[in-house]
Amino acid sequence: MSAPVVTVDNWEKPRPEPDNVSRDYWAACARGELLVQECTECGARQFYPRALCTSCGGEPAWLTTSGRGTIHTYTVIHQYGMPPFRDELPYVVAMVELPEGPLIMGNVTDCAVDDVHVGMPVEVHFVKIDDEVGIPFWRPAGH
Amino acid sequence: MSPADRTPVIAGVGLSDYPVAPHLDGVQHHVLAAKRAIADCGVAKSDIDGYVGAGGAGGQMLDDAVTMAEYLRIEHRYLDGTMTGGSSFEFHVQHAAAAIRDGLADTILVTYGSNQLSRMGRSLGTGGFTRGGQKVGGPQQYETAYGNSLVGSYAMHARRHMHEYGTTSEQLAEIAVGVREYASLNPNAMYRDPITVDDVVSSRMIADPLHKLDCCAITDGGGAFIMTTAERAADLAQPPVYVLGAAGGETHWNISQQTDFTSCAGAQAGPEALARAGVTHDDVDLLMFYDSFTITCLILLESIGFVPKGEGGPFVAEGHLKRGGKWPLNTDGGGLSSCHPGMRGIFLIVEAVRQLRGQAGEAQVPHCEIALCAGSGGWLSCIGVNVLGREKP
Repeated sequence: MSAPVVTVDNWEKPRPEPDNVSRDYWAACARGELLVQECTECGARQFYPRALCTSCGGEPAWLTTSGRGTIHTYTVIHQYGMPPFRDELPYVVAMVELPEGPLIMGNVTDCAVDDVHVGMPVEVHFVKIDDEVGIPFWRPAGH
Repeated sequence: MSPADRTPVIAGVGLSDYPVAPHLDGVQHHVLAAKRAIADCGVAKSDIDGYVGAGGAGGQMLDDAVTMAEYLRIEHRYLDGTMTGGSSFEFHVQHAAAAIRDGLADTILVTYGSNQLSRMGRSLGTGGFTRGGQKVGGPQQYETAYGNSLVGSYAMHARRHMHEYGTTSEQLAEIAVGVREYASLNPNAMYRDPITVDDVVSSRMIADPLHKLDCCAITDGGGAFIMTTAERAADLAQPPVYVLGAAGGETHWNISQQTDFTSCAGAQAGPEALARAGVTHDDVDLLMFYDSFTITCLILLESIGFVPKGEGGPFVAEGHLKRGGKWPLNTDGGGLSSCHPGMRGIFLIVEAVRQLRGQAGEAQVPHCEIALCAGSGGWLSCIGVNVLGREKP
């Protein structure tokens, strides 16, 4: 899959700092692909990416996901102290369940906060904040 | 000479001034609580040969275990700085009990203190963790861009619990109402006026579905307790409280690694602590739960097994956790209404000891023989459970 990527040059939120393991993950996001890990030995899937399989201790490899998911749980944030988030209130923070298995955190965009519900199908889109990093976001499927 | 009775007990407890104490900094909260715990049981300071603390108060002076042991000048044979967030002190009881039983130390002091309210104000739960533009590494690199709050992490548990089991905001509110009734009996409690379910559900939404009155207070405060052997405690001023069983566990640390938003490590630690104590849920007379939020108590209640999973909502609505109920909860007024200075776990233990000694005044639970303290650290991440009793096991 390759999902939409919007490039911004004025990202004001905290930004992830890629490390030896996560560098490939963030780079994939920047080109529109959402990765999880799959163990080359036991097949278990995991997110966030790590230097070992948490199930068997084996070697994980990248697995490109479908970019789809459903809302597993969420909250609507109504109070937050710091900019720029406080200027965006209210907004949704959700845990998205991927059909590949893992849960991943993200904001749900492109719909009213009251429309978000557990079980809602969503699809990923990305904001590319620099050459190394894209940030995954989620919006209603078929948007 | 007969072998020493090294059964671990809590011999002394102390609280510093709370809930608003601008005259104390964080370290002074540690110190005042420690002085009061020492005076409570009459132990000589020079007899203390172990120190345990979590630090984490975030004040002007670092208060981690090594620094506090130096400041207090504890010549320790045993030192532990386990930091699991608010549940640290339930883990400390587990560790100190094992150390005392094994002879690594004879008398261990545990302290905590924070001037969080006076220093930072009330915004902690929604103040945010990082500033715009800041680079964030480690596991939080996968969360930092989304503006989640501490309250939001608990709200996601509440939302999933509502989805799976039909739990309602009104049922959660009953927990806050019951704890407030106990706070009304505590002259030091932050909030003492009675509240209703309607007051809770009509209070401002902070992170849906959690309202302002589903959230704990933010206060100043400190606590301390002293553990020793049953043999030494026989010469001290207070009746000993026995550590019957202790256990802990971790399902995740960062919230996005939680896999079951309706449960927590209490599902492992609770039954283990009860089994070690050799008692059942029905033997427990008092619940001291970490009530950072109403949902925290509900998930602890279910995961430890006081009610089947999913039945917590109707159960609390029937009043079983209120004064006069089967399992009275948080008789000091809890974090929800009395005292929550950043990390509350130590206050669970201090109140349980007061109750088991029969020193809880108007809030005294009749015939209180066994108390269960359940600390939750992080975001229902690290759960520590202590079963305490007034009779020797």
